[in-house]
Amino acid sequence: MASFQLNINNKKVTVDVAPDTPLLWVLRDELNLVGTKYGCGVAQCGACTVLINDRAVRSCTLPVSAVRDSKVVTIEGLSENGDHPVQQAWEEVDVPQCGYCQGGQILSAVALLKQKPKPTDEDIDAAMTNICRCGTYVRIRKAIHLASEKGGNG
Amino acid sequence: MKTLTKQPTAPKQTGASAISRRNFLRVSALTGGGMMLGFEMLAKAIPEVAADEVLFTPNAYLVIDPKGIVTLMAPNPEIGQGVKTALPMLLAEELDVDWKKVVVTQAPFDAVKYGNQSAGGSGAVRSRWESARKAGAIARHMLVAAAAQTWNVPVEECYTETGFVIHKPSGRKLNYGELTEKASAMPVPEKVTFKDPKDYKIIGKRIPNVDNKAIITGKPLYGIDTRREGMFFTLVARPPAFGKKLKSYDDSETLKVPGVKKVVRWDNVVAVLATNTWAAWKGRDALKLVYEDDSPLESTADHEAAFKKLIQHKADKPAREDGNAEQALAGAKKVIESVYEVPVVSHAPMEPINFFAHYKDGSCELYGPTQVPGRARADVAKALGIPEDKVTLGLPRQGGGFGRKLRTDNAVEAAMISKIAEAPIQMMWTREDDMQGDFYRPSSMFRYRAAIDENNELTGWYVIAAGLNNGRPAIAENFPAGSISNFRVDNHNLSSNIPTGPWRAPTHNSVAFAEQCFIDEIAHELKKDPVAFRLELLEKAKSLGLKINYNIPKFRGVIEKAAEMSNWGKNTPGRFKGFSAYFSFSTYVAEVAEVSVVNGKLKVHKVWAAVDCGQVVNLSGAENQVEGAIIDGLGHAWHTKLTFDKGAVVEKNFQTYKFMRLQDAPPEIEVKFIESHDSPTGLGEPGLPPIAAAVCNAIFAATGKRIRKLPFGEEI
Ligand code: FES
Ligand code: FES
Repeated sequence: MASFQLNINNKKVTVDVAPDTPLLWVLRDELNLVGTKYGCGVAQCGACTVLINDRAVRSCTLPVSAVRDSKVVTIEGLSENGDHPVQQAWEEVDVPQCGYCQGGQILSAVALLKQKPKPTDEDIDAAMTNICRCGTYVRIRKAIHLASEKGGNG
Repeated sequence: MKTLTKQPTAPKQTGASAISRRNFLRVSALTGGGMMLGFEMLAKAIPEVAADEVLFTPNAYLVIDPKGIVTLMAPNPEIGQGVKTALPMLLAEELDVDWKKVVVTQAPFDAVKYGNQSAGGSGAVRSRWESARKAGAIARHMLVAAAAQTWNVPVEECYTETGFVIHKPSGRKLNYGELTEKASAMPVPEKVTFKDPKDYKIIGKRIPNVDNKAIITGKPLYGIDTRREGMFFTLVARPPAFGKKLKSYDDSETLKVPGVKKVVRWDNVVAVLATNTWAAWKGRDALKLVYEDDSPLESTADHEAAFKKLIQHKADKPAREDGNAEQALAGAKKVIESVYEVPVVSHAPMEPINFFAHYKDGSCELYGPTQVPGRARADVAKALGIPEDKVTLGLPRQGGGFGRKLRTDNAVEAAMISKIAEAPIQMMWTREDDMQGDFYRPSSMFRYRAAIDENNELTGWYVIAAGLNNGRPAIAENFPAGSISNFRVDNHNLSSNIPTGPWRAPTHNSVAFAEQCFIDEIAHELKKDPVAFRLELLEKAKSLGLKINYNIPKFRGVIEKAAEMSNWGKNTPGRFKGFSAYFSFSTYVAEVAEVSVVNGKLKVHKVWAAVDCGQVVNLSGAENQVEGAIIDGLGHAWHTKLTFDKGAVVEKNFQTYKFMRLQDAPPEIEVKFIESHDSPTGLGEPGLPPIAAAVCNAIFAATGKRIRKLPFGEEI
């Protein structure tokens, strides 16, 4: 066990966990931020995506000891009132089915729009590698374009 | 747990349908943490009602408070199929309220009040179409009666409009909220009149998923998110292969892992209870487990070899026989013969298997994902040896079902571990556990033969099919049954100790690929257009008068619609189309896929789908289901298979067990519903079966290569 100071959703928190604990389980089990999901544990599905310094990172394979003072944003911390342009677009397009993957999808989209405020379909193909088992891909693509129109890198 | 601050006085019981706020909330809270969200929403929804004010709740489906706030119950489990939105829409339509102002909450599990609360067989909307609308209409009738009494006017002079009762001659108006007390005293009408579909304001419209806000902000909606005081995160070690059982284990290293609190065995599993998931994970890795063989260790290659033999044999008894297919084949000018193969796949819902269970003093509290809460409770009660009424079960939103949660193994396992460990647990399976611990979509093989006579007519059809633990891999009633005078279906079952079971659109998901491709083969051989050929077969079905299970005009309707939508017969240069049409769960779906294949690389540009599912309830949700079903069916046909090697799955996680990603999904899917006010039919599944064949037939059009084995990603 070791103590780690983290910056999660703009708050400083301290956790006492084994250094090899993936950030995913620190979020879910220690900090009760359960919006970050487990899907595979091997960096394949993206359900566990968080933003680290504005980049989409799969938290299931990132040991907490490697996080240091990076700025971690989870789906709970993306916006105060759930009204980030990407979240708005997701609601407007009515993307979710079961919804389980969508937190990760949204954060991946946010990271993409930070890099490329006006992404092409090819940019979306390349960046959006998260699995949606329910198959909401058509709507995800649509929502990203819509968020981009709304100025989604906000 | 939330407690009420105000001490209410005794509720005013003005009628059988009256209930006080206190009692209502108590009932809601009884179901435990599972209802916390509903409870909080309700508490929020009914903020400042004096505790003794009367809520109008004529049945278990809806509550109206004196402020006019309407709370609707979603009775069936939500697994991503949209019923938490669609079923309350039925209530709201007939109740005649403003959808924007209703609060929707998941009903507690209560078979007495809500009947069959399951999710499967594309059946929730179908089975509640009458009852949910009736529940809303009853309330509307009682509100109208209450208003008429208040004004002392005949009921016939009153009508409703989005949350108000209006007296037509005088224009007087009362909000539903103002009528709760009086309405509660009105007799419950025996008979109700439903709205005319042309007056629908909610049914058939685009209504967003009611949980969208909670989903996009990461709220704890799912069973896997359950957190309780004193609960242990629990992982289980399960046998590494079918055919193996646990002989012994040594947990001495496990117990040294910081955070691990307990290790218990139940049957063939060893559970590690810890203060966090990671400790449980490491603890489980540190177990020394000894397994022994219990039954044969089967491999996929064995199944394939056995299938190949079976499909050469005539069955003792055909599943269907019209005329004499063997004779037609023997006398044919030409016989077309093809073998189609479909692999095992896993359900792999995005939310892994989990369950919260707390057994204590002869009672058990459960919260977790299940498509069959009634069965889950019964199975748990039986396993624990306690009466069913000692088991409570909360219904969370679920991260996908696809049939996986029709089994109750997760609930039973969690309950038994909780009992043995004497602790509340949140049991979670890792993805690897899920891949090895599923009951799978059975593999199958189909040998088709078609007889063509000298007039270039199709005169005979004979399929011999074999399925893994599936005695009816070829569905005897399926089209083109009834359209060919000599027609025979033979089925063989291959028994296996690898468990199989329903997977989204069971059996349909496999046989549709085989037969819709084979129809395309025949059309090509006869030099007929695949759409025209299907229509011609439907005409024959009309004249032959053999037994059929499909409605010819409806089938024709979707085929023609899909052809029209896709501009069938005209191709963009470099792109090719394929057609497929299939009937399942009482719903007709025709699909056209447009593809290109460049240097062996497939791109699916667009899919069109024409669907006849009767009355569409939620247009947005319905389209989402069909889009999802198309992507699900296409993804699995393209990339996915599960292989067994001596009882162990080879594809243990998503590196090798391949799902479709966004880049392969068709950028555009156009879905059109045939306008209809017939009772709704199934929708969660019927969009899936036709797509594999539509794409494979398009690949044939593009390349001349027939795909007869899935997944086809390895073939092109
Ligand atoms: S859980 Fe991290 S990528 Fe799947
Ligand atoms: S919405 Fe269910 S996995 Fe994406």
